Amino acid sequence: MAEKTTRVVSGGFLPPARRGTDWPDRIATVLMWAVALLITAVFVWIVGDLVLQGLPHLSWEYLSAGPEDAGRGGGIAPILVSTLLILAVCMAVSIPLGLGTAVLLSEFGRRNQFFGRLVRYSLDVLAGVPSIVFGLFGNAFFSITLGMGFSILSGGLTLSCMVLPLLIRSTESALRAVPDDYRRAAAALGLPVFTALWRILLPAATPGLIAGLVLGIGRALAETAALLFTSGYVDRMPGSLLDSGRALSIHIYDLAMNVPGGESNAYASAVVLIGLLLVINALTFRAADRWLHQGITPV
Amino acid sequence: MIDHTSPATPSPACEDSQGLRPWAQRRACCANLEPCIEVRDLVVRYGDKPALDRVTLTIPRGCITAVVGPSGCGKSSFLNTLNRLSDLTACCDVSGSVKFEGQEIVGTDLDLIALRRQVGMIFQKPNPFPLSIRENLTFPLQHHGMKKRADREAKMENMLRRVGLWNEVKDRLDAPALGLSGGQQQRLCLARALVLSPRVLLLDEPCSALDPLASAVVEDLIASLRGDYTVVIVTHNLAQARRIADHVAMFWLVDGAGTVVEHGSAANVFEAPANPITAAYIAGARG
Repeated sequence: MAEKTTRVVSGGFLPPARRGTDWPDRIATVLMWAVALLITAVFVWIVGDLVLQGLPHLSWEYLSAGPEDAGRGGGIAPILVSTLLILAVCMAVSIPLGLGTAVLLSEFGRRNQFFGRLVRYSLDVLAGVPSIVFGLFGNAFFSITLGMGFSILSGGLTLSCMVLPLLIRSTESALRAVPDDYRRAAAALGLPVFTALWRILLPAATPGLIAGLVLGIGRALAETAALLFTSGYVDRMPGSLLDSGRALSIHIYDLAMNVPGGESNAYASAVVLIGLLLVINALTFRAADRWLHQGITPV
Repeated sequence: MIDHTSPATPSPACEDSQGLRPWAQRRACCANLEPCIEVRDLVVRYGDKPALDRVTLTIPRGCITAVVGPSGCGKSSFLNTLNRLSDLTACCDVSGSVKFEGQEIVGTDLDLIALRRQVGMIFQKPNPFPLSIRENLTFPLQHHGMKKRADREAKMENMLRRVGLWNEVKDRLDAPALGLSGGQQQRLCLARALVLSPRVLLLDEPCSALDPLASAVVEDLIASLRGDYTVVIVTHNLAQARRIADHVAMFWLVDGAGTVVEHGSAANVFEAPANPITAAYIAGARG
């Protein structure tokens, strides 16, 4: 209908719409829709499979009891606790370090280009190092040299080594994306760099910071190889950070690979892991938002 | 701590703060006043590239000094040296002498925060902070030691009234400042600079990103600052300089670096320019 109307109207000095010339646009549109649908389909497939196979085994008992018979029976309570502790250690170390390094690189590193380039290059190389290498390093350094043994502490510290490059680079680019106008305005008002940073630049960079944080948490929660050699296998409830603790990802790996008959519980654990990731991400969004948008003037 | 007194007492001749006034009256307003900023042999380089070469200029207190000239002749670089904002540019090298109220500010180890509180700045593109309208004014005050909230709020209202924004924003003080129109944002930036009671205001083409109506409002506002503040305004708009300036400094590119080819009272520079370059520039812009 629309085309017909156009044809009638375009009797003036403008030529009528040429048909058959817009095929590259049409192909591009179809391709883009296809790719988007494909990605969504893969996600739905994975999550659907997990939920279908894992949900029947999920129950309050599964979340609150300890594992029995090498994980074939019982639940995952100590494993959940260990996972959260490892994540907490990792984030407690990497958030302040990451933020500090990113601020150094983006705000103070401009005068020393060589130093900045060196740090950035090192970080990019570190980000590409396979996690098993981090595991071996963590085992050699944290577990043996520093004497932490197989513990939640050494697992969390090893993970923070892995997460830091990601966190620093995303925070740095978020800070760099904040317009220079704000820096100049703050300087012209006689505001010290740290005041400007805390009250203006970091809040303005919030979306980028959250994205980096969520990626970092995702990577930490999903990590298996680096934890094999550092936080260990023990599935007891940890008594302290120096106890060995089994992370969820290791539990899933163990059930799926080493324990015949453990597949169904592996699925259930995987559902819990995905759920945990979603919940932590949602909480991160909220917490970061609240922290960074805190009122300037106390009410 | 903030000195809450007004930076300068306006002389009686300046109290009528309408922008368009005859030369004679403006001269009366700014005659026989001591220099506020004295620039001698100022050289600015960006790495190997010279931007300003041996600029010598005196900026009288309480007057509006317009810095005019073609693009790329170092006007903004000049402005940035007056509050040491040039320090933010990594490869910027400044030498020579700039004395602010008799105190040397180039190459000395002075408290930049104190300097910038005294020398406010407005940029070409309005740049309010991504905070609420209220916070844009109260946050700098809070930082500079105004502890009582009531004091900050009073000062904020005072300044928003001064820039004619109060009636437009009083019902939405907690709305984001970035939601204001361009002209309103620029007036907010002016209020933000004025709220710290500076002695000097540097304006870097403050109207060039605004539509003609908003530009006229901001221009009237700048004209109204005469007497209370020492104003240095960089502008491409010669008509604007003619309307509001008491003094004019003409910058020109000589041998690849900007320098002052003529400066003096606006009447002299515009009506009887001594330098042929100035005469041609003014005539060209006029024609």
